[in-house]
Parts: sequence; structure tokens; C-alpha cells
Amino acid sequence: MSTTTRSPIEAASNAVTGALREFGNLFAMGLDVVVAMFKRPFQIREFLQQFWFIASVSIMPAALVSIPFGAVITLQLGSLTAQIGADSFNGAASVLAVVQQASPIVTTLVVAGAGGSAICADLGSRTIREEIDAMMVLGVSPIQRLVVPRVLAAMAVAILLNGMVSVVGVCGGYFFNVVVQDGTPGAFLASFSALAQLPDLWVSEIKALIFGFLAGLVAAYRGLNPKGGPKGVGDVVNQSVVITFLLLFFVNLVVSVIYLQLIPAKGA
Amino acid sequence: MGVEVVVEGLSKSFGRQAIWRDVTLTLPSGEVSVLLGPSGTGKSVFLKCLIGLLKPEKGRVVINGVDLCSCPEKDMYEIRKLFGVLFQDGALFGSMSIYDNVAFPLREHTRKSEKEIHNIVMSKMDMVGMLGAEQKLPGEISGGMRKRAGLARALVLDPQIILCDEPDSGLDPVRTAYLSQLLIDLNAQIDATILIVTHNINVARTVPDNLGMLFRKELVMFGPREVLLTSEEPVVEQFLNGRRIGPIGMSEEKDSAQMAQEQAHLEAGHHDGSSEDMRGVVPQLEPTPGLPPRDAARRRRQRVMQILHTLPEPAQHGILASLSREDFDRYQDWRRRTAGMAMPTALPERPPSRPVSPQQAHQATRPIPPQQVQQAPATRPRLRPWRRDGGDQ
Repeated sequence: MSTTTRSPIEAASNAVTGALREFGNLFAMGLDVVVAMFKRPFQIREFLQQFWFIASVSIMPAALVSIPFGAVITLQLGSLTAQIGADSFNGAASVLAVVQQASPIVTTLVVAGAGGSAICADLGSRTIREEIDAMMVLGVSPIQRLVVPRVLAAMAVAILLNGMVSVVGVCGGYFFNVVVQDGTPGAFLASFSALAQLPDLWVSEIKALIFGFLAGLVAAYRGLNPKGGPKGVGDVVNQSVVITFLLLFFVNLVVSVIYLQLIPAKGA
Repeated sequence: MGVEVVVEGLSKSFGRQAIWRDVTLTLPSGEVSVLLGPSGTGKSVFLKCLIGLLKPEKGRVVINGVDLCSCPEKDMYEIRKLFGVLFQDGALFGSMSIYDNVAFPLREHTRKSEKEIHNIVMSKMDMVGMLGAEQKLPGEISGGMRKRAGLARALVLDPQIILCDEPDSGLDPVRTAYLSQLLIDLNAQIDATILIVTHNINVARTVPDNLGMLFRKELVMFGPREVLLTSEEPVVEQFLNGRRIGPIGMSEEKDSAQMAQEQAHLEAGHHDGSSEDMRGVVPQLEPTPGLPPRDAARRRRQRVMQILHTLPEPAQHGILASLSREDFDRYQDWRRRTAGMAMPTALPERPPSRPVSPQQAHQATRPIPPQQVQQAPATRPRLRPWRRDGGDQ
């Protein structure tokens, strides 16, 4: 039997099929969640509770992260643009970077880190206490009853938080550009309106929506499939955050590329 | 009336590790069945396969003509509404009070008003003796109470199939006895099919109509309770008596060297871990006086009498001994009318290894005097080396 001595190739192929299987299951559950979103009855109470919970744990960290994030981008770009003599465009560049890239990412890192990990731990402990089994046996779908409200709450929080993070980030950028780097407020605002356009804001919100969905989905998926008791719950919480981050940056790349292809830059 | 559950050739494994193979049994509608088995033989896994929480690799579980192993999710949720399941730890929702837990299925699946829900919940809480604890959270009550609350929740939709995963674990003997009585009373009232998974011998002896046992990845046997209770199978005998001597070891199985060593210890006067012989048919629990008689008991009697001649001889004695005088006469009539069929004693069954006195053998074919009706067949005198020792007596 090959149970004791497994060849490295076999082990590697097992790992690959295992990863693919997990990914497929995640995808299948994503479809289930989307379908269940349109099924009545909608769990409005659960949704509000979860929304409030995720918002309350995310707002402060998101705001606190976004200020230095906006500042760093502005300072970095400020010194670069000064070197090539384009100081007046500093405002536009930093605003676009904050709104399109930094804001959705920061939002979702916080939603996944603070809200997603809590969702994952909650569902994980319910699973090992057989509550999920009990719910299925009582003829109630945990996807519809528990997962859908959580995913929707994560999406809603991500969208709203994304707006706030954009504002705070831009304000932070403005403050550092004008106060610290001696930029002129007029040039900051003028370059902003010269290069930025409304679709930049839309894509930012669409990204936040997708990332919020992913954060909620991955947290719920990992939470519903813990391996081996209480320790397994700790493991899946850890994994859910890591998997969300990985997915996040990959999907961000894809969405950004598509956006840049589809929407021509202003003035181009 | 309860629903029949048919299990055909069910096999389940986790990865390369087979849990059990080719399990085939039928839970007759409305009857109480118990599935025994040493720890770790996959009894809970079996329950989860019955309700479709786990997908077995092979085989079918047919309920109301629907195969749970292959039907779409939508049908599965419909079929599951027939079930009431008592999980090992109650599986209550930790964030809800006991009251909300018990009311949960009603609120999800019915359009009853809160007042009706309140009445139903309170009657179920009363049934399991939990009145007064409605507003507590599951984390604030003892394990036994959680179990009873879990039972109340399982019963609230008047299920047609009740599955109990170790109803006795964590309960003291008195509460276990009450719970057994409760299940029998329920069966008399709503005629639900009940399957209890346990390793409590007392429950196995007194509660079920049918008894089965899982061991070594297989269903060792499943049939009328008398068959298993009188079985000469070493595994069954060891398990019923809770002895160390026999094929069951601390881990799943033991090898012949260890068996020989233990046998040597036993012969040298070492205690084998058991108290007295627990085999033999004891009277089954009856519904509490005042309740209707169990319809399932009547149906089972008919069913068993028709297959009686196919059962091992000790089981036949046990069944005949448990009949009332009237039923026994009816059975004799029926046998005479269907003459040509072999009489029980004439069957070439495997020779009884316990000594059957000629008088006993004779009893099977002749009406039993009423005072002997409830008497179980004599059990085999067992070796009690520590008594024979004589040195310390």
C-alpha cells in the first residue's frame, strides 16, 4: 500500500486537486449564495444585526488606516512629481490612486480582518457544536438563513465604508500636500478636476461591492467547513483572512485592467 | 403513522478509511429500533447519513419513495421536515433562549400565531420536564437539560421519524429511564418511527422493538430485539455483558495474542469487568397507564410471528415467552392452519450452545402456563472463578 510511502509527485498532485476542489466548492457556494439572495423570506433582522456589527468594528480602523495611506501616496507622488517638475498634477494623481486603488483595498482588508474573521469564527463554532446540522435537519437552509444576510451585510458595509475611506484618504492627501509639502490648494483641486472623472468613483464602488462579497463569502465558506474541533475553528479564521487577501489583490488586478481597457482616461 | 426507512447497501468512508460497508436494514414504520455499537464504529455517522447530512459512497436511503442519497437539495429539505433529530449535545442555537430554540421550527415552517406557538412550546417543555427554564440560554443549563430541550425542539413539529443520538450520554440512570419511558409514550401517542443510537445496555434491553449492532465496519445483525438479546455471537455477548473477554478491544479490535492473554488472566481469577449475564429477553417498556396501547407493538407481533420460523431458536423461545396467553393460542391456531410449515423446534438451526432442558424445549410448542409468561429463558451459568477459588471464602 502506498499509505506509508507516498511519492512526492503523488503528494503534489493530491495537494493540487485538494486546492482545486476547495476552490470549486467555494465557487459553488458563491452561486448558491447569489441564488438564495433572491429567495424569500429575507432575514432582515439578521442582516441588520450583522450590518451593524461589521460597521461598528470596521469604521474606526478603516478611518485610521486611510489617513496615513492617503498621506503616504501623496508624499511619495509629491516628491516624484516635484523631481520631474509636475507638482501641479500631484493632487490628481494622489486622488485617483486613493479612490481607485487604496480605498477599496483598505476597506476590504478591514472588513475581512475585523468583520470576516468574526463571521468565520461564529459560523465555525456553530458548525462544531452541530448547530448548522441541526438547522439543516429542521429543514432550514443555513445558506439562506445565516450566510446570505452576512454576505449582504459585508457588501453593504464595504460600499458605504469605501465612500468614507475615499473622503478621509483624499482629505489626508490634501492636508499633507498643502500643509507639509507646501503645495497650493488651487493646483491640487484644479488638477483633480482636470484628470478625475465620475467612472473612477463608480469603479471604486464596484470594486468595494465585489470585495465585500468575497470577504463575506470566504469567511462563511471557511466557517462552515472547519476541520477537527475547536482548533480547526482557529485555523479556518486564519485561513479565511489570508484567502480573502490573496483573492482580493488578484481580483483587484483583473478589475483594474478591465477598467483601464474599457474606460478611456479623461482628455485622452 | 410513522414512515418506513429503508437502507440498502450503504457504505461510507472518510478518505481511505472505511467507516462501515454495505449496511442494509429496514426501520419498520412506527416501531422503535436501537442501534448498538462500541464507541467509534460510526453510529453517529450512520445517523447523519440517514438524514442526508453526509453523503455515503454507495447505497440508498429510501423514505417515502425518495432516495435521500441522490435527490436534489429541494426534496431533501422537504423530507427533512419529517424528521425530529436529537443530537448528542442537544445542538441548541447558542444565541437563542431555550424558548426561542424550541419555537424555532414553528416560526420557520408554520404560520401559527405567537399565542399558538406559546401553547405548543409550553406543552413540549412540560413533556420533557423543562418548565421554568424557558428564558435561559443553552450555555446556562446543564448537559442533561440541554439534551431534554433538544428533544423538545425535535418534537415540536410532530415528526414522523425520530432519531436520537445517544439520548443517555450525560444523563443519570434515573433520567435515562424517564427518557426511555418518554420515547415509548411518544411512540404510543404519535406512532413515529424511532431510531435510537446508543451503547446503553439497559436502553437496548428494555426500549426497542428491533435491535441492531455495528462492529468491525459492518452491521453485525439487525432484527427483532429477541434475536440480538439471545444471540450467541461473541461480539454481541461481550458487548451486552460489558466484558473485556471477547473480540472487542480498547481500540477497535484486538489480536489473538491479546485475547489469549486475557483468557489466561480470566482463568487465573482476574475479574473480566462484567457483573452478571445481561443477555436474555426482558419485558419491554409499556406506555404509561392511561395512554393508548402502542399500535406498533401489535404490528410488530404480526410481522415477527410470520418470520418466527426463520429466527434462531433462542430468539423463538424469547418471543414465544413474551406473548400473552391469548396471542400464543392464536399463534398456535395459525401454525396448525398453515400446516406443512416446519414447527419451530424441528428446524435444523445451529445447535443451541446454552443447555436447553427438555422441558424448555418442549415449552416452545405448547401453551405456556401464565405464571411463566414473562419469564426469560434461563441464562447460561457463567464461570465465576473468584467464587470457585474457595481460599478467601
